[in-house]
Amino acid sequence: MLNLTHIRTIAGAVLALAAAATTADDWKLADLMQTLAQHQAGRASFVEKKYIGIVEKPIESSGELAFTAPDKLEKRTFKPKPESLVLEGDRLTIDQPGKRRQTLSLQEHPEISAVVESIRGTLAGDRFALEKFYTLELTGSVDRWQLLLIPTQTRMIDIVSRIRIGGSQATVKSIDFEQADGDRSQMLITKIVAQ
Amino acid sequence: MKRRGRSLTLAIWLAALLACVLLIAHTRFVADLSAFMPRMPSERQQLLVEQLRDGVIARLVMIGIEGGDAAERARLSRELAAKLRDDPAFMGVQNGDTATQEHDRAYFFDNRYLLSPAVSGERFSSEGLRLAIGSSLDALAGNAGLILKRLLPRDPTGETLQLLEQFAGDSQPRSLEGAWASRDGKRALLLAQTRGAGSDTEAQARAIDSIRQAFARIPGRNADTRLVMSGTSVFSVSSRSTIESEVSRLATASIVLVSCLLLLVYRSFALLALGMLPVVSGAVVGIAAVSLGFGQVHGLTLGFGTTLIGEAVDYSIYLFIQRAGGANPRGFWRTIRLGVLTSIAGFAALLYSGFPGLSQLGLYSISGLVAAALVTRYVLPQLMPQGIAVRDLTQAGVLLERIMVRAARLRWLIIALLLAAGASIVFHAGDIWNRQLSALSPISRAEQQLDMELRNGLGAPDMRYMATFTAPDEESALRGAERAGAVLQELVKEKILGGFNSPALVLPSSALQRARQAALPDEQQARARLGEALAGLPLKPDRLAGFLTDMQAARARQPLVRADLAGTSAALLVDSLLVRRDKDYLVLMPLRATAGSPSGDLIDLAKVSAALDAKGLAQVTVIDLLEETTAIFDSYLHEALILSGLGCLAIVGLLLLALRSVSRTLRVATPLACAVLCVTAVLLASGTQLTILHLVGLLLVVAVGSNYALFFDSAAQPASAADRRQTQISLVVANLTTVGSFGLLGLSKVPVLSAIGTTVGPGAFLALVFAAILARVRSDAGSH
Repeated sequence: MLNLTHIRTIAGAVLALAAAATTADDWKLADLMQTLAQHQAGRASFVEKKYIGIVEKPIESSGELAFTAPDKLEKRTFKPKPESLVLEGDRLTIDQPGKRRQTLSLQEHPEISAVVESIRGTLAGDRFALEKFYTLELTGSVDRWQLLLIPTQTRMIDIVSRIRIGGSQATVKSIDFEQADGDRSQMLITKIVAQ
Repeated sequence: MKRRGRSLTLAIWLAALLACVLLIAHTRFVADLSAFMPRMPSERQQLLVEQLRDGVIARLVMIGIEGGDAAERARLSRELAAKLRDDPAFMGVQNGDTATQEHDRAYFFDNRYLLSPAVSGERFSSEGLRLAIGSSLDALAGNAGLILKRLLPRDPTGETLQLLEQFAGDSQPRSLEGAWASRDGKRALLLAQTRGAGSDTEAQARAIDSIRQAFARIPGRNADTRLVMSGTSVFSVSSRSTIESEVSRLATASIVLVSCLLLLVYRSFALLALGMLPVVSGAVVGIAAVSLGFGQVHGLTLGFGTTLIGEAVDYSIYLFIQRAGGANPRGFWRTIRLGVLTSIAGFAALLYSGFPGLSQLGLYSISGLVAAALVTRYVLPQLMPQGIAVRDLTQAGVLLERIMVRAARLRWLIIALLLAAGASIVFHAGDIWNRQLSALSPISRAEQQLDMELRNGLGAPDMRYMATFTAPDEESALRGAERAGAVLQELVKEKILGGFNSPALVLPSSALQRARQAALPDEQQARARLGEALAGLPLKPDRLAGFLTDMQAARARQPLVRADLAGTSAALLVDSLLVRRDKDYLVLMPLRATAGSPSGDLIDLAKVSAALDAKGLAQVTVIDLLEETTAIFDSYLHEALILSGLGCLAIVGLLLLALRSVSRTLRVATPLACAVLCVTAVLLASGTQLTILHLVGLLLVVAVGSNYALFFDSAAQPASAADRRQTQISLVVANLTTVGSFGLLGLSKVPVLSAIGTTVGPGAFLALVFAAILARVRSDAGSH
């Protein structure tokens, strides 16, 4: 799996170089990816708010995020219900207190794969992984960029219609998921400590 | 007078043969596992036998499609499933298609208030509703929140999740391009359930053939795509065809070999044809006798038919070469009779075996040998043209005698061999017997591997551990499953079990469904309680109108029955676990071991059984099918050891009685015992673990070898040198035919047949050599 990711990263870089020759926009995207890829590990706390139509208040949860290059992402929710989600390579492990541990293979669950890859791929600066599921659109400046991910596969529309990732330089500051019915979740990442 | 006697004998013989052929024409030949299942099973064994024969497990065909890319395999899977669904030979076909998934989703969601184990009066009080809805809102905060929110308006109490939770831990096949696929994604997978019973090998063979043809006819199919299949029925069909082809191949080879050998010795086609008469008669009578005695003939029994060729032909060899004993015809026929009787004594023990395969073999051999001997005694002499004689073998006889004189000096070699053999047996003492069913099964390792891969890919339940009971009707069966399920659920909490499956999980008893309906509030109550429950929660009652409607619909509907499952994958689950039989219903509840427990994948069944007993559920039996099969084979082996011991004792007793001399009896029995020991030692030393069939082979060595030893013994009695030489020549020829035909059997791919062949071929040869070495010494000493 490590090797595969490695090859993907190299392939991503080659694609980026090829694209670089064509448009200015892509220069920026390649740039951003390269900047992100340079950070090997990071830790942050997050606050996530879900805006769901039939529920009158936003539903809030909080916890910690940790990323270790090339492919390990941990999301530990502390409130309101503890839950841990660890993604490493192809394996996604979900733990909830009082429930059986669930282990999934991303390959076997393309929808889940697309969602978690949007976060991991961004943190890893892995353009190839992102473009497997999304078309990418970068706006803003280096200090205040916004990356828009639009799913390419129609079956994804049920789960997410677009993902907005906002950040500054190499720091990811927010990740927003939007659904076709207007419901959305907004994750604010308050402290990424680059190591 | 003489002429009339002669025609009468021939008429009786021909009439008997005709009757046997007619009987055989109406005989059912089988090749399933029935030969291995006990004849008089205990209650638990009965369950195992029934499952193997007629249970749904025996009617499932696991199908894999290989080659091409994932999209192509998924397309072929859909096309194949569509064709098979139209075929009346199949009750159901599953391939993970979206239609079935939709049916599943609809069944569980629409019927959640009848299916959820959480439904109770308390849960639908205003306080209960507040807790349940609060918990659902909390769940929205989790990672799956944006997906779970879709359930909220109609299922705010989370009943769908409650009921699906019961299946957590069941492994589901992977889905690729809208069709089931193996874990590695390289095979598309389907599961077909045949209508014909598992024991009906013909119907299974036709069903498997229709699958092949349906696949071959899919339009636009890439040539590099392949079909693989496995399952109990596939095994039955393939082992039947293996056995059939092996049996005809071996029989042909054996006949050709024996014929060539006899032609070489006789130089006469007439004698060859005559010599085959006892063989053919014996085989025909043997098959007819088994058909009469057992109602059917197993393919393996036919396989043993080839062994009879080697043995039955011996009688005519003795007759032709020894010229019916030359000067002493009475002595000759006495020896033949004694030889037949010792063989019968050996095989008679097998008749009492609880292992149907063995008792068929016993009956077949006894009736076959008796028929062959009778034909040799009464029919052959009538048919032998005057003046026909075997060419002069004196020269060969003299040569042979010279060799045997030298051989007599090899007594020390026998002692050395015995010591080595004894050492080898002691060395392997703890490890002599193989107790696995698979050691006898004609299913190749590659087929077993494929079976395991398909089974894992399909997440087919491991049927090793089961709780099971019977009930007079469907409703009481389901209620029993619910009561047992409640106990098992406790054991899951205590981590004694990892999980279990039950037909009542997808189809609760009517009583339980009605109880759940009664726990739901009526429309007015529901509205009022919901209003109270939502006070303080960020959810408006008018958003949950769908919830109120669905709940009232659930209260008013008829309880679910089996027919409501049509089109869902749960239908197959219910069919497999709730088996309708002639007089009752059989409920099967597969048990799963706790994952990652220190005991590995073992379950402490004593605890499970005690827990069930404590709740008054003593009628529920928990069994470990693996242990049960092993126990069956252990008992066969144990029984066969005792029976062969008794058979050997009977042979010794018979010899004592007939020879009226301890020393002569010893002289006959010693070479046989030596041969048995040496063959056992060689098998063990070559890394073979002995099976019950090797034991039968050893018994055959004694039965066949006793003929040689008897003739050597009789040759040691006062007789002319010429007669003695003729006897010795006939023994060598008879031995060559036996070694040849059993040696061929040893080359068989079918383990049962090769086990017998590799034991009897060398064993018979050694018996002759040892008899020659030992007898000769005695005869010299005795002839003064």
